[in-house]
Amino acid sequence: MEEIIEIEKTVTSEKHRAEQPADAKHTENPVRPKLETRGVNVFYGDNQVITDVSITMKEKSVTALIGPSGCGKSTFLRLFNRMNDYIKVFRKEGDICIDGKDIYSPSVHVEDLRKMVGMVFQKPNPFPKTIYENVAYGLRIQGVNDKNILDEAVEQSLKSAALWNEVRSNLKKSALALSGGQQQRLCIARALAVNPSILLMDEPASALDPIATAKIEELIHRLKEDYTIVIVTHNMQQAGRVSDMTAFFYLGKLIEYTETKKLFTSPENEMTENYITGRFG
Amino acid sequence: MKTKERIIEAGLKFSSLITVLTTLGILWVLLSQSLVFFGEVSIIEFLTSREWTPLFENKHYGILPLLAGTALTTFVAIAVALPLGITIAIYLSEYASAPIRNTFKPLLEILAAVPTVVYGFFALTVVTPFLKGILPELATFNALSAGLVMGVMIIPMVSSLSEDALRAVPNSLREAAYGMGSTRLQTAFRVLVPAASSGIVVSVLLAISRAIGETMIVTIAAGQQPNLTFNPMETVETITAYIVQVSLGDVPHGSIEYRTIFAAGLMLFVLTFILNNISYFVKKRYQQQYE
Ligand SMILES: Nc1ncnc2c1ncn2[C@@H]1O[C@H](COP(=O)(O)OP(=O)(O)O)[C@@H](O)[C@H]1O
Ligand SMILES: [Mg+2]
Repeated sequence: MEEIIEIEKTVTSEKHRAEQPADAKHTENPVRPKLETRGVNVFYGDNQVITDVSITMKEKSVTALIGPSGCGKSTFLRLFNRMNDYIKVFRKEGDICIDGKDIYSPSVHVEDLRKMVGMVFQKPNPFPKTIYENVAYGLRIQGVNDKNILDEAVEQSLKSAALWNEVRSNLKKSALALSGGQQQRLCIARALAVNPSILLMDEPASALDPIATAKIEELIHRLKEDYTIVIVTHNMQQAGRVSDMTAFFYLGKLIEYTETKKLFTSPENEMTENYITGRFG
Repeated sequence: MKTKERIIEAGLKFSSLITVLTTLGILWVLLSQSLVFFGEVSIIEFLTSREWTPLFENKHYGILPLLAGTALTTFVAIAVALPLGITIAIYLSEYASAPIRNTFKPLLEILAAVPTVVYGFFALTVVTPFLKGILPELATFNALSAGLVMGVMIIPMVSSLSEDALRAVPNSLREAAYGMGSTRLQTAFRVLVPAASSGIVVSVLLAISRAIGETMIVTIAAGQQPNLTFNPMETVETITAYIVQVSLGDVPHGSIEYRTIFAAGLMLFVLTFILNNISYFVKKRYQQQYE
């Protein structure tokens, strides 16, 4: 099954390159997957939570990770920006590559990696600062203090996150005064401001009401043009709406990984079918 | 059973009543004695005169020199305790492993447990002679040594309250900061310290309040010479040191000289009362912030 995906991916990437020969922003080798894991195992102490997962994700696609609670979706997602590194008992085996480069190799600075791989969390977590300073944060920690550059980046990022029109007149207001949905889009803007190429989203809409959720989903659709997105969701309708590919995890194993449409209409694996029809989870 | 509970309840009420009554009693003595004092000395003179010489022939009752002495020693103390206390707080909450934290914290608390008289003669007999080697014009009794040593004493106050404030910052903010590619230092100084700022402010306000009220160290090491100066190398007298001086001296009870200590005490009370109230309100606001 995985081989088929590989071939498929290669073909579409070639097509992609033919359509957009001069992509100025991210000039990666189109044959190479954007994200790739090979035989990854993850342990928390003696507890194995990811078992032998190999997966490839192509550039500027949306991949949804679904599966019952506790099956390792978040853990797997956080491998790509090494957020698990802070957990003392965390240990991993296998390779995790971005643009073909092992991101766990000693030569990789985790701070640099995270500038390339933005993350949006389950609960909106803006800093208790102004809206402006939230978005400017990533550039400021890189030493950018030029007001013009910051102004421009803040405006662009807020526009990309579809928040600009709502906040343009009160950028100096505390981010905590925003609604939950606005806060989450602010967090997306904050992540976009440092110009990453990958966005990781861990149930970004699970704490939001349906209208705010719809806005986030719409946003994901548009962001896909420029970013490679991996999104964890427990909401299968959401996975169906926003993603190109869907990976179904169960007990730390990758059970099925294919095009979203195919996975939801004609899953190959019985467990996948049981899960998407709501028979467990 | 019922009677037993009633007795316990009455006992509890009685204990809290004693506390309240004691406070009221102190306040009553301060106010009534001060009132007599301000019958003889105008409050304008008290607050604006630049000399404090109630024990001399030519009497002046300006509290400013004593306030300056208190401000000076307190300032030096905070200049020591604030940076060190916050650095230690950040280290303990963001860097130290649990075993290190668990050994370091009790050791740190010892600083606050050393009797202040020990700090006082340490300042006078060790710190001052040492500093004189570097600063030859340093007076034998001076605000600098007293302030430095007092600063060390209040480090645990600043560090433990600040550490609590830092630890109360939700983990989601740490994740946000690290997720943006912040280093540990950037996370600590750009996200956590601002997020914990109200708690840190409270810790500093309480430390200031403690420094203002500190008596033994300044009496021993800063001197007993009212001095309207902002030079920490000079001999000064703090409000507290003055109260000690008069209490232990042979000033006749009931005289105007004797009553000066109540006016000075009232001043001290007002200062710390204001500081404690500000910190109470800041604290309340910051407790709401993360609820
Ligand atoms: N910090 C941690 N330490 C130990 N075990 C953890 C930790 N985080 C998650 N786990 C365990 O790893 C498994 C997968 O968790 P997670 O990746 O959060 O799953 P999901 O996001 O799919 O709900 C769960 O069994 C969970 O209990
Ligand atoms: Mg999860």
